[in-house]
Amino acid sequence: MTEMISEELISDQLPTTRQNPFDPPAEVTAIREQARISRLKFADGHLGWLVTGHHEVREILGSPKFTTNPAKHHLLDLRFQGEVPEERRKVEPGMFLSQDPPDHTRLRKMLQGQFTVRRMNQLSEWIGTIVDDQLAHLRSLGGKADLVKEFALPVPSLVICALLGVDYDERHRFQDDTTKLLSLDSTFEEAMAAMGRIQEFMRELIVRKKADPGDDMISDLLATGEPTDEEASNMALLLLLAGHETTANMLGLGTFTLLQHPDQLKILRDEPEVVDNAVEELMRYLSIIHFGPVRTATEDVEVEGHLIKAGDTVLMHVPTANRDPEKFPGNPDELDLRRPAGGHVAFGHGIHQCLGQQLARIEMRIGFSKLFQEFPDLRLDVGPEEVPLRTDMGIYGVHSLPVAWSA
Amino acid sequence: MKISVDQTKCCGSGMCALTDPDLFDQSDEDGTVVLLEEHPDAAHEATAKEAANLCPAGAITIS
Repeated sequence: MTEMISEELISDQLPTTRQNPFDPPAEVTAIREQARISRLKFADGHLGWLVTGHHEVREILGSPKFTTNPAKHHLLDLRFQGEVPEERRKVEPGMFLSQDPPDHTRLRKMLQGQFTVRRMNQLSEWIGTIVDDQLAHLRSLGGKADLVKEFALPVPSLVICALLGVDYDERHRFQDDTTKLLSLDSTFEEAMAAMGRIQEFMRELIVRKKADPGDDMISDLLATGEPTDEEASNMALLLLLAGHETTANMLGLGTFTLLQHPDQLKILRDEPEVVDNAVEELMRYLSIIHFGPVRTATEDVEVEGHLIKAGDTVLMHVPTANRDPEKFPGNPDELDLRRPAGGHVAFGHGIHQCLGQQLARIEMRIGFSKLFQEFPDLRLDVGPEEVPLRTDMGIYGVHSLPVAWSA
Repeated sequence: MKISVDQTKCCGSGMCALTDPDLFDQSDEDGTVVLLEEHPDAAHEATAKEAANLCPAGAITIS
């Protein structure tokens, strides 16, 4: 098969600007329309692959013939990775997101029991109370506020801090550094320094939890005696970062989206039972990672007639895959809260699929439902073009969302 | 219809228990799949297939 090579696109120039704030970058959609799997030049000169088709993304993420170990990947962006000596790209113990079986399996299993559907459902009432309190706080601010600062970020942060046993009042010790870590504008030194400070915070936390265990996930994890301290520290770090950045951005960007789609918002208000599906559709429609995940073939693999050779690095593009008309027929570029949106890859696919997804679902269901019930006339307080978009961050969303309501 | 599950493949995503809690549950210990109903009745056939399709680890087989 003749392979399409994107002449203009190199991996470190992948677009993060969405022409319409809710749609994937048009350049990448145009690539999917021509070739669901195409060749992509990586920043280090490697000729790898870009995958934009939904079932192709699923197939690769579900295949054991690809590694997730970043030390095996060709370099996406020399700004960060080019300066990293090879030995420093070694995966640290406990970072299960970057590990393959059997290490990944062993570590993830230690946590899986904490994030089951049943356990997360049992948290609904408690999460509802956190959301209620935060909405009361929002109302106390008068008639206008930044929804990100006062609602979208605090809710998941309060939830994950309480679950892990992290003191919410210490959030300044990791939130600013998380921003630096995820900023595409941070230099390598800045990002590594931020990472170092978060790791130091987590190491201190592990020491404290061992001395004085609480009723929380980190104490439970330590009580099993299974992970080493270093593993536990990095596992907790992953949960803390993943637990608030992602859901916070879905709540912020999702609210912006719904306010810009009044017909859909009306459906959510008139038919509250739609909310479960609405969350899936918002996940599909918004796909807040700009690009990724990345995998590297560990042996030759044929995917839909394309021979991906051992050592080839593959970049999945989740936002375009989630708009694939083959999987989501009709008009996949339209937000439709009643559409069967199941099977989207916004939480990933394969053994690394989001560990906290059932928690995220509940936070979003309760968050969106209560927000629009309690604030029926919520509206943007600036023009939509003035909302600052997170095109400069690894995870998309809005930096702030100025909203107003009748006090 | 017969459902089979493979705990060794399961990664505890919970997609099956989310899709049809009458057919699937998860172990409290390690989150892996617990099959509640090997032979689903007609009313659950569609959700059984859906659960197999959504499983990220390919741990559910329908025969």
